[in-house]
Amino acid sequence: MHGLQLLEIYVFVLAGFVGFFTITRVPALLHTPLMSATNAISAISLVGSVVMAGANYGLLATVLGFVAVTCATINVVGGFIITDRMLKMFRRGGRPEAKK
Amino acid sequence: MTLRTVFIEAAYLAASLLFILGLRSLTMPDRARRGMQLAALGMLVAIVGTLLHHEIVRYDWILAGLALGTVIGYPLGVYVPMTAMPQRVAISHMFGAIAATLVGVAEYWRLGNGMDVPRPVMAALGFEVLFGALTITGSFMAFGKLQGILPSRPVTFRGQNYGSMAIFVTAVGLFAWLVARPAIPNAFYAMVALALVFGVSLVLPIGGADMPVVISLLNSYAGLASSATGFAIGNNVLIIAGALDGASGFVLSIIMSRAMNRSFTNVLFGAFGAAPEASARTAEGLTVHAITPEDAAIQLGYARKVIIVPGYGMAVSQAQHQVRELASLIEKNGGSVVYAIHPVAGRMPGHMNVLLAEADVPYEKLKEMDEVNDEFKNADVALVIGANDVVNPAARTDKGSPIYGMPILNADQAKQVIVMKRSMNPGFAGIENDLFYRDNTAMLFGDAKQSLAKVVQEIKQG
Repeated sequence: MHGLQLLEIYVFVLAGFVGFFTITRVPALLHTPLMSATNAISAISLVGSVVMAGANYGLLATVLGFVAVTCATINVVGGFIITDRMLKMFRRGGRPEAKK
Repeated sequence: MTLRTVFIEAAYLAASLLFILGLRSLTMPDRARRGMQLAALGMLVAIVGTLLHHEIVRYDWILAGLALGTVIGYPLGVYVPMTAMPQRVAISHMFGAIAATLVGVAEYWRLGNGMDVPRPVMAALGFEVLFGALTITGSFMAFGKLQGILPSRPVTFRGQNYGSMAIFVTAVGLFAWLVARPAIPNAFYAMVALALVFGVSLVLPIGGADMPVVISLLNSYAGLASSATGFAIGNNVLIIAGALDGASGFVLSIIMSRAMNRSFTNVLFGAFGAAPEASARTAEGLTVHAITPEDAAIQLGYARKVIIVPGYGMAVSQAQHQVRELASLIEKNGGSVVYAIHPVAGRMPGHMNVLLAEADVPYEKLKEMDEVNDEFKNADVALVIGANDVVNPAARTDKGSPIYGMPILNADQAKQVIVMKRSMNPGFAGIENDLFYRDNTAMLFGDAKQSLAKVVQEIKQG
């Protein structure tokens, strides 16, 4: 465990910039998949939940960690699957149709 | 640094890079799917890396959580229909926020209920549980409104904004106090409780048509909560992924607010639509020109250029497949069809695009507002399906109108406008739409899906 360090603020600000400049270029066409994609990605909080559920921090921490792992996993599994389902539907014309 | 730590950090770095590549791929529709698969791989790498964490002593609870989450998450990914996507997105923000908040609470508790929490960590934990807790209840409220469990009209009462502000200010006050003196458990848990209440009071007065902004904002908050978790437990991949999510939600909120010509504060505290008396003009003395599906079929069957303007009404009646069928028929008769998508059409960013893509509409025909607005004047028919405020010319001309200044689709410039609408009830904002009373506008009343099916049948027979 280490505290709030200047380096972490650097990381946050730089990642925020990368995110900002990337996302402003995402066409409106894909805004819904973008939301579900970023939601799935931010379910990386699973990483913190896993340590909380598995470390020897006491029963309450373990139980809260377990619930957190469950919720984060829902977003990881459901989020990536549904994003893929949506992106699969966006296709150009001219190609043979997927359905009927 | 042990070999294990090196491995874990390398896994996190790889995951961060793959996440950024995945998001970047979303700028190119053809490569988006592959890119997001890479991001999913990044997630797997990060999880495997974490399982090697030296503080983990037992795996039973972890595996149970992973298994239960998969059992719940898989159907939410595979079986939820595209029409339910807004509420699906809202509820997923709630799950993400629950995870972040619980980790924050558990972290505070295990560090001697604040006794061993240094001030910088307290600051991070505070942000984490504040953003997390208000996102939990806020997202649940949004979900309830979109799912129809709660009334989607704004719920307002006297003194509401003051009450909300008081809750918010108290929570922030407790936060400041805790950063000064972290070891006050009662203040910490009271802050969490207040943030939960604030989430409810934040979304309660917001109506259905403002949902795109709210969902985007909650998306941003869920990301910031994850990022704050990263600060609290000193984990860079959490900081990075959370910042990406936070930035994304922020950008979307800006785009959505701009598309409604309103500020964040106006959306959050304005309770749009609660005051129909604000509408400047009424429709007394005006008559509409109602037509039958047969009339519409004749006009559409011979049109050379048709622009379809879908709105929330199309989503409600799930008419996207009939829309596509009609478009195919018009194209077979030698006409061209494109779709004009307003940024806030529907209940979340990109809502219409997803529905039409589901109905096999090729994406190059889904045009953004700026791209298509000049084409309306050359269109034979503008077919408005369940959209209202986004084509209301009052936004251009009527300074007294609540939607004045909002960028709209120029459907009124088409040679002929056909509006499919359930009834003459005004749209969400409670504002009369002059477009419906114009000479070149014909109204086709009824459920969009049934009307379209009749039109399609008529064209086929004709």
